Amino acid sequence: MAILADKNTRLLVQGITGREGSFHTKQMIDYGTNVVGGVTPGKGGEWVHGKPVFDTVKKAVDATGANASIIYAPAAVAPDAIYEAVDAGMNLIVCITEGIPILDMIKVYDYVKRSNSRLIGPNCPGLLTPGQAKVGIMPGYIAQPGNVGVVSKSGTLTYEVVYALTQAGMGQTTCLGIGGDPVIGTNFVDALRMFEDDPETEKVVLIGEIGGRAEIDAAEFIQSHMTKPVAAFIAGKSAPPGTRMGHAGAIIEGGEGTATEKIAALTAAGVKVADNPEQIPSLLK
Amino acid sequence: MNLHEYQTKFRFADFGIPIMRGKIASTSQEAYEIARELRGPVVVKAQVLAGGRGKAGGVKLAQTPEEAEEVASKIIGMTIKGLIVRKVLVDPAVNIASEIYLGIVNDRTIGRPVMMASSEGGVEIEQVARENPDAIIREQIDPFLGLLDYQARNIASGINLPHEHWKVFTKIATTLFKVYMASDAVLAEINPLVITGDNQLIALDGKMIIDDNALFRHTDLADMRDTDAEPVEETQARAAGISYVKLNGQIGCMVNGAGLAMTTMDMTKLYGGDDIGPANFLDIGGGAQAAKVAAALRIILADSNVKSVLFNIFGGITRCDEVARGILQALDEVKTTVPMVIRLAGTNAEEGRAIIDAAHIPNLASAATLTEAAKKAVDAAKGAQ
Repeated sequence: MAILADKNTRLLVQGITGREGSFHTKQMIDYGTNVVGGVTPGKGGEWVHGKPVFDTVKKAVDATGANASIIYAPAAVAPDAIYEAVDAGMNLIVCITEGIPILDMIKVYDYVKRSNSRLIGPNCPGLLTPGQAKVGIMPGYIAQPGNVGVVSKSGTLTYEVVYALTQAGMGQTTCLGIGGDPVIGTNFVDALRMFEDDPETEKVVLIGEIGGRAEIDAAEFIQSHMTKPVAAFIAGKSAPPGTRMGHAGAIIEGGEGTATEKIAALTAAGVKVADNPEQIPSLLK
Repeated sequence: MNLHEYQTKFRFADFGIPIMRGKIASTSQEAYEIARELRGPVVVKAQVLAGGRGKAGGVKLAQTPEEAEEVASKIIGMTIKGLIVRKVLVDPAVNIASEIYLGIVNDRTIGRPVMMASSEGGVEIEQVARENPDAIIREQIDPFLGLLDYQARNIASGINLPHEHWKVFTKIATTLFKVYMASDAVLAEINPLVITGDNQLIALDGKMIIDDNALFRHTDLADMRDTDAEPVEETQARAAGISYVKLNGQIGCMVNGAGLAMTTMDMTKLYGGDDIGPANFLDIGGGAQAAKVAAALRIILADSNVKSVLFNIFGGITRCDEVARGILQALDEVKTTVPMVIRLAGTNAEEGRAIIDAAHIPNLASAATLTEAAKKAVDAAKGAQ
């Protein structure tokens, strides 16, 4: 078991002929992910890394039985790609694309909420179920199968923590990057609920950052619903208020969304919070 | 990206929100001409991207064109919160009966825009939220339907707006949402929306922040960016495709990934204590090619506070040996004696470290862990002080 993706995932790549899409398709196939095809409007009939390219998601689903989709399309067209995946009935949609305007995402979020699809991201590294499926851009070798669930708003910081876990002999069920944008398809609480329900996951790592209140909501959920131990790290303790730190959502606004308040809420919920991401493995022992 | 008051209000007016029909002046002579044209008393308002303009003496009433000229000559060139005033807005003065706050932001938790209003206009909404939260009326907006008329009436009712103004208020509120959507704003505020002595509703001051990610489809708005309001390094970084924020510490940080960049800053503060901390946030993105590293290094070193530089790169898809070569090539282009610490982790980290060590650059040390790297960078910064 794992969450969201495993060896039964039949993955479609939207934007497969682009530079990023093509590169990461190869990486995902090499990892052992069951990539069944791709979509690029106007390029139907071509082949990329031995996988058929279709003009529309619907045609691709009809031909391949795909049940999950990953999107590498550019920001200006990524929302359209998400709508297309939702309407084709995809169970899982992972959007890697960075820089989607927030008002576009607000409409997407509303639309996805009324469907049966689960959206991960955008502006995220996707997810990795070690030994089974890589749906995204996380480097495969940093992870190994095990019983720790990892959920994070970040990219390289997540790799850092996952790699530290692996080196400490603590493998993972699934490593999930939910993205650092202000409006995202899947939040910490959704991910924590999935890990709590996953029988194979025994411990959970949460990596958050300044901005918004998703970590506070997570703390409330952990306190009231979680039986599994959680360790956390929150980035941005030294960030000044009112300034966006790279991620569109990483900003302290009106004095709210500070690392200090998030750390306090998580600590109060019984979460062990690290000062330094390198401490995470020892906090799970 | 922040818009100036005059940019915001002129845009509001384009959509049909009533404003005072003033004009913008870059010299006191222009202010005189505008005041003469407007006939009657005017308000001369500093156009800088900072709050508290009034308190700083940047907003003044003038009864005559001569007075407007004199006031403008004082305001133009003055410094408000570190920003030099280059333009003033000369607006007809208005008789204010009461003031309202009306604004829109995106609520991240519900994933929708929210309109907020309070009868305490002229005050920052954060202050009202702290001191009198019940005074703020909120309406969540369906992104597909927009602000509905009944929601505007809910707000009018909530702030006890006299009935005679409801019709105009509804028009202003729904129009504000239209401007918000059409501008890809992340904040649009009328503060204050005033009821004048002769019973008109006027947007007296306005503020808009535009989503940087949406500027690709708003070239007209992108052209309005005031680069005076940001450190020159930030303008250079944007041009180089690097995400950079200037801070006040001594350790220049160069990192791949925003979360890791924040973490690296935090580590320098954790080990640096009260005196030593990060000089900047910098996310170099994926790849870390020599040209980009060189551009980033120039930007970091342009800050005279920088006493040491910390590179923290986690090689995922990018290999650390490639990154190491890129850094060495960049150091060849950008000569510096500032002490530097490099920490490479992930794919081919050992090969990367070997390349760095073999180069024998006297002011360049390598570190295996983030903790070690941060401590070394802190020590180097302390030693240099």
